[in-house]
Amino acid sequence: MTISDPTRAAQATPALTLDAEDRARIRRRKLERTGAWALPVGLLALFVLGWDWLVVANGIPHFILPRPGLVASTLVNDWPMLSSALLITMQITMMALAVAVIGGVGLAVLFTQSRLVEMSLYPYAVILQVTPIIAIAPLIFVYVDSHIVGLLICAWLVAFFPVLSNTTLGLNSADHNLQDMFRIYGATRWQTLRYLRLPTALPYFLGGLRIAGTLALIGAVVAEYVAGTGGTGAGLAFRILEASYRLNVPRMFAALILIAVTGVVIFVVLSFISHLLLRKWHESAIKREA
Amino acid sequence: MSASAAGHRRTVLEMQGVDKTFGGDVEALRAMSLTVNDGDFISLLGPSGCGKSTALRLIAGLSEPSGGRIVWEGGHEIGDLGVVFQEPTLMPWATVADNVWLPFRLRGHSYNEVRDRVLEALKLVGLERFQKSYPRELSGGMKMRVSIARAMVTNPRIILMDEPFAALDEITRFKLNDDLLMLKDRIRCTVIFVTHSVFESVFMSDRIVVMAARPGRVVRELSVDAPYPRTEEFRTSAEYAALCRSASEALREAMGEHA
Repeated sequence: MTISDPTRAAQATPALTLDAEDRARIRRRKLERTGAWALPVGLLALFVLGWDWLVVANGIPHFILPRPGLVASTLVNDWPMLSSALLITMQITMMALAVAVIGGVGLAVLFTQSRLVEMSLYPYAVILQVTPIIAIAPLIFVYVDSHIVGLLICAWLVAFFPVLSNTTLGLNSADHNLQDMFRIYGATRWQTLRYLRLPTALPYFLGGLRIAGTLALIGAVVAEYVAGTGGTGAGLAFRILEASYRLNVPRMFAALILIAVTGVVIFVVLSFISHLLLRKWHESAIKREA
Repeated sequence: MSASAAGHRRTVLEMQGVDKTFGGDVEALRAMSLTVNDGDFISLLGPSGCGKSTALRLIAGLSEPSGGRIVWEGGHEIGDLGVVFQEPTLMPWATVADNVWLPFRLRGHSYNEVRDRVLEALKLVGLERFQKSYPRELSGGMKMRVSIARAMVTNPRIILMDEPFAALDEITRFKLNDDLLMLKDRIRCTVIFVTHSVFESVFMSDRIVVMAARPGRVVRELSVDAPYPRTEEFRTSAEYAALCRSASEALREAMGEHA
């Protein structure tokens, strides 16, 4: 039999004796695994210490550069205000991302179903993407009364393009022989889309989604700077703006940290979702032995 | 050397003077006529550009003839045809069983309805233990077996194979040649097999259609009367060597006409 059982082969490996090269590789892998988190954390600690030393040694006033400890305590003391602002920013980001996914995937599917639609609309999608959001945002707030809707439109404008272009690429990447196979078995357009094009596009879409997630946050923040309205609907960007008028630099830092953390969380969550969906079959999610 | 062995068999499909041109000036196939009988194992043998793959695509309905006709005896429906390409052409996101389920799935059958047939097909190619595996976990030869299982699962009248084993190493190819003959015997289907290997065509088929290029056309038909099942013994017999020699000559003649 030419059939070999991969699981059995994998189980058999540890029983073999390791040579010097193997041992070196294992050591290197261990080092890399620890280093992946230990090095950035160590660097952060050094950075914070250096920052603190810089402020103390030069007697910099806290309205120019606060000590890290002060930023931390501001984060705690202002938490009620900052957390509600964080919630608003998160909501805008998530909603924009959701609309970007629906709009991007929907439009991409439409593109692959009709060349005419693609030819008509694609140039405009590109124009929207290459025009900086900061330049469009003021106009949007002229025409849109609702603060939230305006923010949403801005964030969506930035976020939807990577989803659209990646998904379109993915939908058009279906294997030609498989397309023939589907034709031979009399697949309908819908079946080809459902069982062939969409699964092919999934890894491409997820790549676009990761970019779109962080872009949606950027869009939401930029739009809020432009909109500049406060009150109950104020997000993190507005809190930064407001704090800068009051020379409340510690709060600016605190809000900035929250935005950065939010961005990282979005990226990590989307990467994790991507890994879960692809780990069984896609090359990107598969660890190679040796 | 006509297909005398096939004389008593029922006709399944007939190509009647089929032409295929591309872009009006490239003649991929000229006046190809071929009668495919029930149970035939036909090899289309020829150099690249002789239209053997084009002929296969025409039979599969993937393109339309520019002239002539392809007639299925008694008409045909979707499950009457199974196809194996040069690549395994499996869906990487689907398990082995789900890949074999595809022809049924596209006709609206749930997996549970056809599970027995899917597993039966996998058993025939010796992969029933791997039904839950993903294609990337399999070797090249195993992927090809899955592809064959998918082509057989609907009990087709004709299986088309387009150089299915060309990308495999020789040991795997011999093994798959043997297994394919055994399978064909078991499920009693008709096979049209495209190859550029003289040895493969002689070992596998009872009819060898030798084709030439520019324009792609049939130049000769040889019949291989050695009885099935053919085993390793046949592969080393004098009869096999003689057949290979005459097939090689026919092929050289076919190529020489334009050399």
